[in-house]
Amino acid sequence: MIRDQEFLKDIASYCIENSKKLGATDVGVKVIHSVSENVSFRNKKLDVSNRADSFAVNLTTYIEKKKSSINSSDLSKSNLEKLIERCIDATKITPSDENNSLPDKDLMSKEIRDLNLYDETHYPNDKKIEFLKKVEETASKDEKIVNTEAGFTENKKNFILANSNGFLGGYKTSNFSSSCVAVSRINGAMERDYEFGSTRFLQDMMKPDEIGNIAADKAIKKLGPKKIKSEKIGVIFDKRISKGILSTLASAISASAIARGTSFLKDQINSEVFPNSINIIDDPKIEKGLGSQNFDSEGVETNSLKLVENGILKNYLIDTYYGKKLNLKSNGRSGGTTNLYFENGTLSFKDLLNSEKKFLYITETIGHGGNIITGDYSVGASGFMVEDGELTYPVSEITIAGNFKEMFKNITLANDLEMKYSTNAPTLLINQMTVAGK
Amino acid sequence: MSNFFKETDIDTSQAEAIVTETLKNCDDGELYLENHKSESIVLDDNKIKSSTYNSDQGYGFRAVTGEVVAYSHSNDISKESLRKSSENLKDTLKSKKGTYNHEIPKTNSKYYENINPIESKTFDSKIDLLNSVNNYLRSKGSIVNQVTANFLGEHKSIEIIRSDNQVLKDERPLVRFNVSVVLEKDGKKETGVYGVGGRQSYDDYLKDGSWKDVCDEAFRIANVNLESKPAPAGEMKVVLGPGWPAILIHEAIGHGLEGDFNRKKTSAFHNLMGQQVASEGVTIVDDGTLHQRRGSLTIDDEGTPTENTVLIENGILKNYMQDRLNARLMGTKSTGSGRRESYKHVVLPRMRNTMMLSGKYSQDEMISSVDKGIFAVSFGGGQVDITSGKFVFNCTEAYEINNGKIGSPIKGATLIGDGPSILKEVSLVGNDMKLDPGIGTCGKAGQGVPVGVAQPSILINKMTVGGTKL
Repeated sequence: MIRDQEFLKDIASYCIENSKKLGATDVGVKVIHSVSENVSFRNKKLDVSNRADSFAVNLTTYIEKKKSSINSSDLSKSNLEKLIERCIDATKITPSDENNSLPDKDLMSKEIRDLNLYDETHYPNDKKIEFLKKVEETASKDEKIVNTEAGFTENKKNFILANSNGFLGGYKTSNFSSSCVAVSRINGAMERDYEFGSTRFLQDMMKPDEIGNIAADKAIKKLGPKKIKSEKIGVIFDKRISKGILSTLASAISASAIARGTSFLKDQINSEVFPNSINIIDDPKIEKGLGSQNFDSEGVETNSLKLVENGILKNYLIDTYYGKKLNLKSNGRSGGTTNLYFENGTLSFKDLLNSEKKFLYITETIGHGGNIITGDYSVGASGFMVEDGELTYPVSEITIAGNFKEMFKNITLANDLEMKYSTNAPTLLINQMTVAGK
Repeated sequence: MSNFFKETDIDTSQAEAIVTETLKNCDDGELYLENHKSESIVLDDNKIKSSTYNSDQGYGFRAVTGEVVAYSHSNDISKESLRKSSENLKDTLKSKKGTYNHEIPKTNSKYYENINPIESKTFDSKIDLLNSVNNYLRSKGSIVNQVTANFLGEHKSIEIIRSDNQVLKDERPLVRFNVSVVLEKDGKKETGVYGVGGRQSYDDYLKDGSWKDVCDEAFRIANVNLESKPAPAGEMKVVLGPGWPAILIHEAIGHGLEGDFNRKKTSAFHNLMGQQVASEGVTIVDDGTLHQRRGSLTIDDEGTPTENTVLIENGILKNYMQDRLNARLMGTKSTGSGRRESYKHVVLPRMRNTMMLSGKYSQDEMISSVDKGIFAVSFGGGQVDITSGKFVFNCTEAYEINNGKIGSPIKGATLIGDGPSILKEVSLVGNDMKLDPGIGTCGKAGQGVPVGVAQPSILINKMTVGGTKL
């Protein structure tokens, strides 16, 4: 099964020692082993069974302020020897950059806490098959469901991160995920929807009938959508997609976007970016959290950060390189956010739906229509009309558009936050957006 | 040429024996070996931001019987690892019995040379060129706020071992060169992006100062966008320019015509074979045989030679794109469309170079026929929901059309439409078909593969434009 820490440490040390021998002044290396087993079903029959066994080495060598990297999946020492030589050769002729360096020693993670990220339970493929049969049986109960697909993936990973300043750390993580896609049909027209669950521990996985039921219900509710007239209207984002607002924020406040001057939130630190009721937190130390980590991808200690407090932007996401450019210390966000979430709002889901006579409720967006530089946003969407607090009919083939700067200031949160992904948001309302339809 | 078994404890004939033994009761399958070298060198913010070299090797062992695919992949090419994979495959398919189909067409054609683009240009000269790009663009004035340029090069060797010692090989070069520029004027910032590439050496795309054309184009797009006004919202006429806007065809039609979605009846096109799905005059092909194009392949990732597949001929749906599995289950032949991102991924039917062929109208005729609409010249990317048929794509350069004349540039907006009906809304097909510059990557089921697109200018009667101006 999964290789132990000693095996990975041995490779990491070999890389550091050999790089130094060939002239590297600093070295950073990550060694990873992962094993993944996936089974997928379609219409109650086995479709694909896939087993993956993968190694990876990521090595970065520095000669003073010059830097170059190699990645390889072949851990044999003969291969690594050749690649290290290549890496050093490239480092020598890469122009130097005064901001290139390993992280400051005093910022490095000192101890590894057990955050309960590894479940050694192996769920054999026969069990996965039984699970998926139940998912699909439930999903296909209604005759309007004409197609179902379901999958179960078990993933185990072990890694070591090390550098030539003496940092060396790593730990095992696991992930179990299951999904169901249901296709519904009425009068020849089809709709598709899904449900998805992902956990660190097998015992926390959603029940199979729950996954099947949700996917089928959602697919059936979408049948017979209408295209609506173009108008300005309040748009409610379902929890599945409201988290996208946080991902946009994370890109816009990454030190790279700030330092390069390519963020619509440049120069907005300590300014009001959201309504004053809003708090946004990134917490890496949540037990069993899908985004939890002891240290970031450079080995820097990560702690909980309030990114937004009472609507005011308080922190950027900082790594070593761009931190130096901005004259700021890394806050352990090389590699991005960890468990990122909005603190709950005050309105219940029902009260939010009732707060105006009419809303558009969006359950899915398609396309990549967010521009981090200008803040302009325009994506394809589908969902439901809400009238007097009730979802009245499905809507599709429309777009929603606005600008993040305005959208952020017009957010109202419900109080239904769930920690289901690594980035989580409650249902949220954005007061006025432009909907393009007929 | 890679020798996958050198420095391992197993030789070719032993591997062939394991393959034949594992697949003896299966309908199909193979051992797919891959050696992939790639590099990325990035200039950003006046500095060489990163230089990375990747070396990846491994195998994917596949056994197929009926509709079931058993797959096992690993980096470890060894006797023990292959045995373990073999056991795994046999165990998954233990209750099934198939008959191996040995038939696979042969080819002598080659659509690209076996070169390694990473080694065919020195590291120093790549760094020099990136610096020249930075200096050239920044010399255009203080409005240039940010310049990013990068080289992406790769060389992939593949070897496919089928049952009874059938071995197929391919060597695939691929490069891409991108430039992105951010301009700032009066507190407003806009981006322009342009790139070129294909299955040749870098210098084939950059020599004789042609890298400056790439810079100029990125600069021009950013400059146009600085003057952009909010885009309109609602249904209107849309004229698409030639070339890269054909990602409309890729999203709206292409994905819906891939064999797997039609066998599974989850595509909005699954019951439309032989029917009129587009206006007369619309012909769409998917061609893997264009020389040195990004989406071209000599053989696909199952070993089938690629071809020029007619998808829609004069408005009538003629063919789906097939890999071996879906072709067998649908009683037809593979079109050489079986592709995978790497040895870590299962084969799926995918597009190669998807093209709408030229008609007879000029772009001017199209624009002058529009009272109110938009003219879209360049796009970022797109996405489709195969089942409902709804698709989107994002404009990165577009203009208003008022009373038959091109007006102001408009801000980036998403366009949304319905795949099965959009081609019936194509009222004029231009005479100016153009291939894209060689930059496309298509994503499906988590796998990215290089693709190409092409089209002439077209006039669409009605599409929803997702701007902010009502």
